[in-house]
Amino acid sequence: MSTGALYNDQGGAETAVEAGTESAPTSSSTGAAFGLFSADFKKNEDLKEMLESNKESHKLEAMKRVVGLIAKGKNASELFPAVVKNVASKNIELKKLVYVYLVRYAEEQQDLALLSISTFQRALKDPNQFIRASALRVLSSIRVPIIVPIMMLAIKEAAADLSPYVRKTSAHAIQKLYSLDADQKEQLIEVIEKLLKDKSTLVAGSVVMAFEEVCPDRIDLIHKNYRKLCNLLVDVEEWGQVVIISMLTRYARTQFTSPWKEDAVFDENNEKAFYDSDSEEKKGQTESKPYIMDPDHRLLLRNTKPLLQSRNTAVVMSVAQLYWHLAPKHEVSIVTKSLVRLLRSHREVQYIVLQNIATMSIQRKGMFEPFMKSFYVRSTDATHIKTLKLEILTNLANEANISTILREFQTYVKSQDKAFAAATIQAIGRCATNISEVTDTCLNGLVLLLSNRDETVVAESVVVIKKLLQTQPTQHSEIIKHMAKLFDNITVPMARASILWLMGEYCERVPKIAPDVLRKMAKTFTTEEDIVKLQTVNLAAKLYLTNSKQTKLLTQYILNLGKYDQNYDIRDRTRFIRQLIVPNEKSGALNKYARRILLAPKPAPVLESAFKDRDRFQLGTLSHSLNIKATGYQELSDWPAVAPDQSVRNVEVIEPVKEWAPLVGKAKQPKSDDKFYSDEEEEKDEEESESSGSDDSSSSSSSSSSSSSEGLFYDFMLPCELHDTDSTSLLSLYLFINLLLCLSAQSQVTTPSFSPVKTYELLHHMSGKGLAAKYHFPRQPCLYQPNMVAVQVILTNCSDHSLEEIHIGDRSPASLNIHCFNTIERLEPEASVTVSMGIDFSDSTQAANFQLCTKTDQFSVSIQPAVGELLMPSSMTEEEFCKDQGKLLGMNETSATITMATANTSSLAINKQLLSVANVGVVSSSQNNIHRFAGRTVSSGALVLVSLELRESSTALLTINTEKSIMASMLLRDLKQALAMA
Amino acid sequence: MIHSLFLVNASGDIFLEKHWKSVVSRSVCDYFFEAQERATEPENVPPVIPTPHHYLISVLRHRIYFVAVIQSEVPPLFVIEFLHRVVDTFQDYFGVCTEAAIKDNVVVVYELLEEMLDNGFPLATESNILKELIKPPTILRTMVNTITGSTNVGEQLPTGQLSVVPWRRTGVKYTNNEAYFDVVEEIDAIIDKSGSTITAEIQGVIDACVKLTGMPDLTLSFMNPRLLDDVSFHPCVRFKRWEAERILSFIPPDGNFRLLSYHVSSQNLVAIPVYVKHNITFREGSSQGRFDLTLGPKQTMGKAVESVLVSSQLPRGVLNANLNPSQGTYTFDPVTKMLSWDVGKINPQKLPSLKGTMSLQAGASKPDENPTINIQFKIQQMAISGLKVNRLDMYGEKYKPFKGIKYMTKAGKFQVRT
Repeated sequence: MSTGALYNDQGGAETAVEAGTESAPTSSSTGAAFGLFSADFKKNEDLKEMLESNKESHKLEAMKRVVGLIAKGKNASELFPAVVKNVASKNIELKKLVYVYLVRYAEEQQDLALLSISTFQRALKDPNQFIRASALRVLSSIRVPIIVPIMMLAIKEAAADLSPYVRKTSAHAIQKLYSLDADQKEQLIEVIEKLLKDKSTLVAGSVVMAFEEVCPDRIDLIHKNYRKLCNLLVDVEEWGQVVIISMLTRYARTQFTSPWKEDAVFDENNEKAFYDSDSEEKKGQTESKPYIMDPDHRLLLRNTKPLLQSRNTAVVMSVAQLYWHLAPKHEVSIVTKSLVRLLRSHREVQYIVLQNIATMSIQRKGMFEPFMKSFYVRSTDATHIKTLKLEILTNLANEANISTILREFQTYVKSQDKAFAAATIQAIGRCATNISEVTDTCLNGLVLLLSNRDETVVAESVVVIKKLLQTQPTQHSEIIKHMAKLFDNITVPMARASILWLMGEYCERVPKIAPDVLRKMAKTFTTEEDIVKLQTVNLAAKLYLTNSKQTKLLTQYILNLGKYDQNYDIRDRTRFIRQLIVPNEKSGALNKYARRILLAPKPAPVLESAFKDRDRFQLGTLSHSLNIKATGYQELSDWPAVAPDQSVRNVEVIEPVKEWAPLVGKAKQPKSDDKFYSDEEEEKDEEESESSGSDDSSSSSSSSSSSSSEGLFYDFMLPCELHDTDSTSLLSLYLFINLLLCLSAQSQVTTPSFSPVKTYELLHHMSGKGLAAKYHFPRQPCLYQPNMVAVQVILTNCSDHSLEEIHIGDRSPASLNIHCFNTIERLEPEASVTVSMGIDFSDSTQAANFQLCTKTDQFSVSIQPAVGELLMPSSMTEEEFCKDQGKLLGMNETSATITMATANTSSLAINKQLLSVANVGVVSSSQNNIHRFAGRTVSSGALVLVSLELRESSTALLTINTEKSIMASMLLRDLKQALAMA
Repeated sequence: MIHSLFLVNASGDIFLEKHWKSVVSRSVCDYFFEAQERATEPENVPPVIPTPHHYLISVLRHRIYFVAVIQSEVPPLFVIEFLHRVVDTFQDYFGVCTEAAIKDNVVVVYELLEEMLDNGFPLATESNILKELIKPPTILRTMVNTITGSTNVGEQLPTGQLSVVPWRRTGVKYTNNEAYFDVVEEIDAIIDKSGSTITAEIQGVIDACVKLTGMPDLTLSFMNPRLLDDVSFHPCVRFKRWEAERILSFIPPDGNFRLLSYHVSSQNLVAIPVYVKHNITFREGSSQGRFDLTLGPKQTMGKAVESVLVSSQLPRGVLNANLNPSQGTYTFDPVTKMLSWDVGKINPQKLPSLKGTMSLQAGASKPDENPTINIQFKIQQMAISGLKVNRLDMYGEKYKPFKGIKYMTKAGKFQVRT
């Protein structure tokens, strides 16, 4: 709805005022300015009222109008206090509009902006990932230096969030914080380093963007992530692809040796073969081949190639520049077709692409020659597109195609667009100098143009002919004579000056005409343009030296005129010439050299492409487009003579890989090429399992909550079958999607519990003949079946020989439902592997007994869960809690008065202790002395409600409401113990 | 990346501004206006303009300049592509992308721009995702909103944002399951004076309108896939499958989208469906010129050539044209010197022609160049390259969808030099 229409509701007076503001320019009379000012004042009063009203709809209406004002660029900053009050509104649209306002004006009203911060801090903890993300977005967009520490904290927290969307937002926030306070660089680099390790395609583009903005020189951070980025590239969203590709281009130029050597061996198959296995890589190096492409270099080229088919022109261009700067010369041509395709796109896209093609076509004619016709000019093209096409056609001209091109040029010369016609003439001149066979033809053609009716065309022809004659030392007096005849009709100064110069330079070839031209010039000297006057003086001097008999008087006359000219350049030149050619006593020293100075043979001008020097800039960049170094342009370094250590890119092979790729020595499985999602995932999964392994081991030792939460995300992907055929690939895709959805749903009910993970021993290495096993409950929903409890087992080989075929054997009771981990084919000495399994305990603490088998031995082991691990958190409001509690009274209620350790009386400590025992969720409570927790049993989903009412002197009433009374009493016992402990 | 965005209308007024980082004064646009003044035609404004502290990158669509302010190095195509995506989104939301439409929906525009960029870096540009975040304004919804007080803004993170198929939303349901594919080919050609083809190529697209329930997985195969020389895909198409089998396999986005655009290899001879006989002459000394134009069908495989529109930019010296069309209507704008003739359908029995005289400025010399003639036309039920879809199959869902494929040939940049 237009603001104008809105004002109508407010009454006619305001409409008039509004019209006044529209029409009154800012610098108008004071009266109008005053009117404008008061109108603003009044209008805002009314908006203020609406914003402070109780009705949501009024507020929304007001905010919409305020946004309308912002969009028009009008000042609405006085409304800040009224607007900021609505920041905590329940209405999402209203809230969003308030955010828009806040981001716009917070910088100007810093103190007031601080009022809103707490709202965002609260929202950062919201179970809804969308709300967390948007809170971080707004918080980080508020440019108020005081909140830098808060932002830093929020970014760090969000970087470890479960939701990749929130992590993406945190990557964006990094750049904002950096631009607000560059001192935070070190800390931000730490966060970037962490986010670079992220395996989510959603995060990759944004974090690389942050990297480029904050620390583009920290190439070392990329090493370990290089291969991952290459592999993820196809699945990253298109904008991220552009950023990653340009970063990788720079990276590759510092890390690999040049593939452009003369004697390089380019055997695609050969390279592929040794890429596939690491062991052969070394063999390749010892062979005496002159150049072998680094497999990582090849990986980059291979993985970017499909992106040439992208619908996003920026992606295609960035791949093209990557190939241009990184690929062996003979491979670059694969980008040609795609670039030519982009010419079908919008005018602006054409402009940039043509600029890049122009630069490329100077160095590599062959690339674009087959597509020459795509650069033919249409009369409907914009002028700058036409000139660029002309440029490219000129670059492409060679002996074979010159006649076609010249025929095409003939049409262009007749164009109604005269600027374009002039450019064509220059292009003809360039073709004529570059290709000697056609010089004469071109020259004749240009001479014909001299009789053209259009002045610009004639002038341009004269200038070009002048240049051509200079490059052609042969006799061309006919042409010069012809031009002299035309001289009277030509009025364009540049053309007149050119003819005069030609006369002077070749005055000996036209001895009769030249003095006559000078005579005419002497007549009109005073009315000529400066540039023509200068050339007249030149001509006079040259004629004086060669033919002083006829021209002495004329020269002196011209020199006298020049002496009193208004322009000091001309006075200066006249004085200089006079001293040089007319000797007098004082200064005759240079006189004898005058002839050699003025009539020295001059080198011919080189007619070059305007794009000749553009290749100093990376293609596709803003700097290239402008031919100026833009702010923040990162120079592309030269290839290193010797490649830096390539092992830096090796990601430590953590054993879990074998869980998925059981055959040692073969890193990747043969995959069917026809599915492009599935195998991308395969690779991802391999890496994912690696990372989950490392994350979990670190979390068990250092109990860092962040890495374990990251682990949660990756573990979701584990069940995707890898040995898939056609049908299962699709299945795995669906599964993957569903898992992600379930993850996003999950994260909304789970309040992350930050309690240290307890690890229990499953098998001691003494009794396990070297095989040690530990387990812990990761407290994540089990993927295999929802009624199973997830258990992570860390298997370590403590013996000195490798253990083979580790798997799960018989179980008891036989009905026990276990989801086993896949058989581990081989575990090397000292290596360890983390595997996930799921056990359905049927809500009882009865131990799950099963056999852990290796190839040779079998060990009976048992997992006995603590009762708290059989639960999963459930989120509910206090209201719901009380309602459900009311339904579970009587037999379903167990309670006891307990004595708590004094250290445990703070609510934080209570939460911590309780959560360490039971996997339940905290229910926010309005009363200070009552703490509530809610959970459900994993197997049957029965509700378990725990409430703790603090009494005086560190006693408390602990109540548990659940149908499972046995569990209740066991839980009560455990909790009592935990809370009594300090 | 993108610092600010200014929308400038044809008369040079800034009617909307949006800043993603700190506020850039609108005086930065003065450099743009300067360039605009220098340019003779609106299209001639250079897309990239350097200023002392900023760089301005602009696109012109629907007579509105979208001027993005950049502060440091960024691939210009990145910005240009994004701006075009913004225009496409507006068009998608409001039906048209005009100054009036933008002003009327300024709040939705602001909300959209807010979602599309975060700190100047694109966040959500996929139309399916945006539509879940901000529902397009319709008359019905506006009415419902005013009554119930509900909003256009979604509360949940769009499911697409997190999935591997970000282009498709989940939980799609239709009672009629349909999938329509339009194969549209455009001929770009330059025909010279004598009627011989200088250059001709075929560019094709397959636009789809898919309304299918659930998560269908479609495969589309061609009778003659070898025709397609250079293709670019919607991200949903599995590239490897195409490479290996030349089959398009994809999980489609919901609604309208461009599945594929392709180029037919230039080795193949392109059939030119129309010919033009022309005789445009200006005589030296006389203030009259002759204009004679006849159109005829050629290589159309028996299909009718429809919606024919001829336009030509006559030389500046022409004052007026007095012509007589055998069918259709013609207009001549004496200011822009643009002649356009709406021919309609070509009847092979009675060829359309436009004959008459042009009056020239008295005393002016004869124009050196004859005008070029631009022709637009449509041919239904035919793809000029001969491309044919073999079959369309659906996997992953149980129901039987209704499938339809339509072919059409159009003139792209079709020029005849005279």
